[in-house]
Amino acid sequence: MNDTFDIRSSELHIEVHKFRAGAIILTMAFALVLQAFLPIYIPQAAILDLPLLITIYFGLSRRNPSTGLLLGMVIGILQDSLSGPTVPLGLYGIAKTVIGYLASSIGARLDTEHPAARFSLTILFFGVHQGLIALTRRLLLSQPEPWFTMHLLIAALVNAFVAVFLFLLLDRLRKPS
Amino acid sequence: MVGIPSRHRSLFLLGGVVLLQILLLAVQIKQDSQGRLIRVWTVGAVSPFERAGAHGIGHIRDTWNHYFALQNTARENEALKRENGALKLQITQLESKAGEADRLAALLKFRQTNIDVPMVSARVIGGSPDASQTIYLDRGERDGIRRDMGVITPDGVVGKIIESYKDTSQVLLLTDEKSGVGAMLVDSRLQGPVGGTGEPLMVMKYIPNDDDVNSGERVVTSGMDRIFPRDLPVGTITEIKPGIPFKQLRVKPAASMERLEEVFVLLTMKPLELKREPAAPSGPATTPAAAPSAAVTNPASPEKP
Repeated sequence: MNDTFDIRSSELHIEVHKFRAGAIILTMAFALVLQAFLPIYIPQAAILDLPLLITIYFGLSRRNPSTGLLLGMVIGILQDSLSGPTVPLGLYGIAKTVIGYLASSIGARLDTEHPAARFSLTILFFGVHQGLIALTRRLLLSQPEPWFTMHLLIAALVNAFVAVFLFLLLDRLRKPS
Repeated sequence: MVGIPSRHRSLFLLGGVVLLQILLLAVQIKQDSQGRLIRVWTVGAVSPFERAGAHGIGHIRDTWNHYFALQNTARENEALKRENGALKLQITQLESKAGEADRLAALLKFRQTNIDVPMVSARVIGGSPDASQTIYLDRGERDGIRRDMGVITPDGVVGKIIESYKDTSQVLLLTDEKSGVGAMLVDSRLQGPVGGTGEPLMVMKYIPNDDDVNSGERVVTSGMDRIFPRDLPVGTITEIKPGIPFKQLRVKPAASMERLEEVFVLLTMKPLELKREPAAPSGPATTPAAAPSAAVTNPASPEKP
């Protein structure tokens, strides 16, 4: 993993975290499953974007842009697959690919362990994610999609709030350094 | 990735991946295909987890609803019990008011029927603290009430005034052992005084053993005591025993002595003639009083002074 070595050599104070075997895949699958059926029982849970939060977390933790963007792509494509025929394959895939890349890049340059930093970054990434979705729908699919609504703002805040606690939970999956 | 600097490698990878997905989108738009194969694989891979999750959530929800949520059920039960208690109290109050309305309606009807008879309505405000059968009324001398005036209800005779004060008066009930009223049997017209015994039932005296008296026969006032008008209901014969030298007759009072709330005081000592309403098919307040109506409405009376 030359990438990891490069990052470590250039950002000496930023630690690259590794996870237990299968933790990433299982977490990814768990998030997708939860995202698919949790709103059936709790309609308010539809405001959460768990695949996005997982993409952000592993991007920030792994701090490898290549890994981050590939992880984002996989999660996004799977989310597209589960979202039904109204969502074409690639819509969430593109958005989460970019988010994975950005999260990994930022994670390599900043200390993102503090809850306040995680809260702020989640709001930022949520906004970028929504912007990419709207851009893709408008430019490539010619579908109407708002850039900003009050609902999206609330969703960003809720997701950021949940992210703070979810990330603390996911920290337990890290291998001890 | 030969020829690409390592620091830009991920950027190129990003561009490539995004480009591939844009092409994927373009293919879907062009061919109207929705990538069925990928969707089938994904759904097939995820659906077992979803089923397991749904099953688990169903169990958790059932467990919660049937066990842990019982705390709310207990609270709800307590609230319902309180509400039930309040509603019972409300029903009791409404029934009491309805009963009072019935009684007042009966009193008003009786008063309107005998509009020419001087009488005043009074409310029972208290009973006797000792064993004597007396009650107190909220009317007294100011309202023209004097000693020995008769007290009645639409059901029948109640008693007589034994003390009159400024704003209250005391009534000796017919059931008191010192009380008595001139009475007669409706069917046989046999006369004899009816007096109290201190118990719920009264006795009728001086009816010879040779005379026929039937159980259930009604007893009315004879007017001989010069307190009550003729033919007011006094009670009903409930028990007949031969005695020496007279029969022992037990009489159940026509008026409900234990449930007196409103009464009329006859404001005269002169002989009166009361008119009675025809018997109503229903209505507890008027039924006993209406029974001897034919006799009461007949003013002809040999005993009338």
